[in-house]
Amino acid sequence: MWKRDDAAKPAVPAAPGAAPTHTATTSPASDAAATRPTAGDARGLEGNAVNIGKSVVVKGELNGSEDLTIEGQVEGKIELRQNVLTIGPNGRVKAQIFAKAVIILGEVTGNVTATEKVDIRDNGSVDGDIASPRVAIAEGAHFRGSIDMQKAGAKPGEKPETKPAGASTSPAPQSPAGAPAGAAR
Amino acid sequence: MLSDLLRWGTKRAPETTAVPKPPAVKGIEAIISSKGLPKFLSALSNQPSPASLIDFGPVIGTNVAYLGERLGCKLFIEDLTNELSRHLKSGTMDALPDAVELRLRHGDASVDGILCWDFFDFLKKPAAQRVAQHLVNMLRPGGAIMGYFAISDVERSNFMKYEIVDDQSMRLRQHTGSGARHAHPNREIIRMFEGLTVAESFLLKNNSREILLRKK
Repeated sequence: MWKRDDAAKPAVPAAPGAAPTHTATTSPASDAAATRPTAGDARGLEGNAVNIGKSVVVKGELNGSEDLTIEGQVEGKIELRQNVLTIGPNGRVKAQIFAKAVIILGEVTGNVTATEKVDIRDNGSVDGDIASPRVAIAEGAHFRGSIDMQKAGAKPGEKPETKPAGASTSPAPQSPAGAPAGAAR
Repeated sequence: MLSDLLRWGTKRAPETTAVPKPPAVKGIEAIISSKGLPKFLSALSNQPSPASLIDFGPVIGTNVAYLGERLGCKLFIEDLTNELSRHLKSGTMDALPDAVELRLRHGDASVDGILCWDFFDFLKKPAAQRVAQHLVNMLRPGGAIMGYFAISDVERSNFMKYEIVDDQSMRLRQHTGSGARHAHPNREIIRMFEGLTVAESFLLKNNSREILLRKK
């Protein structure tokens, strides 16, 4: 009986004992994690990220090799070819963008080129042309422009074979495509 | 007698409760089967160069993903429903064809496919004719236009979103804005799109015609 109780006891207190220690240790961690995901994870950032704050206005060219979050205003050109660019809900960008992946929660006016993905989230807005192999547009997002999802290497099996034959015709849609995209907007 | 009356009364009660049901059946969302879409897609995939496609909008993420994955095409999203709504509100529908031409400034024979959804339902004959001819000019030989056309006039009808579910079905969802729907007879559609041939025409269960027009 005693043995049974003893055997049972450690098991029972161990769980509540373990739980508080976990919560005690995890709570600060989770607090920290809770702040981190809102700033980083929710915006799809991993690792180091640089922020351009709400009150910051940048005019010119932005180049870098780190993930970047823009909450302020940027006008000009942004190049983060190996990294993720996030335009936060307060971000206002009037620029040509080149990045590995672009996540848009704010406003973008200009062409966006991504080697991996462009993700326009709810309330995000893009007026411009997108070129990326993957494009995701959420329900409440605004988009006006063209989307070019052709793979960079034009890998899809059937089409490249037919391409040479139509190579002379393929630039045709691009020239009018560029024109209305810029002109109409 | 009294019991008969009571019974009669109780019989009528469910009938009266059954009456309000039909309006609920109208539904905001409906899935329709599409026979034109697979043919439209195959028409585009048969085009020699990577296809360029105009979507009259509004932008729907799943459509973008679907068409991009399926065709690897260049997709132009022109939210013409928004334009339509603006002109309807301001009572300037006469200016709509000009606005559409201004928006769709693609060169002649430069576009492989056009998804105009039910846009033409909201245009009267002269406006519809002008817009249709503009589309015909933009379309490349072998290209296709797919649209939905009502079979009867409706005084006030909501704009709809057409969300592609798969190759053969489409989800219809209500969109903000509404206007009068005009039914264009088949003969009129053929005249509107002079230069194109009606490749396929299907009468759908939701009482609209799904029409695929091709340019030879």
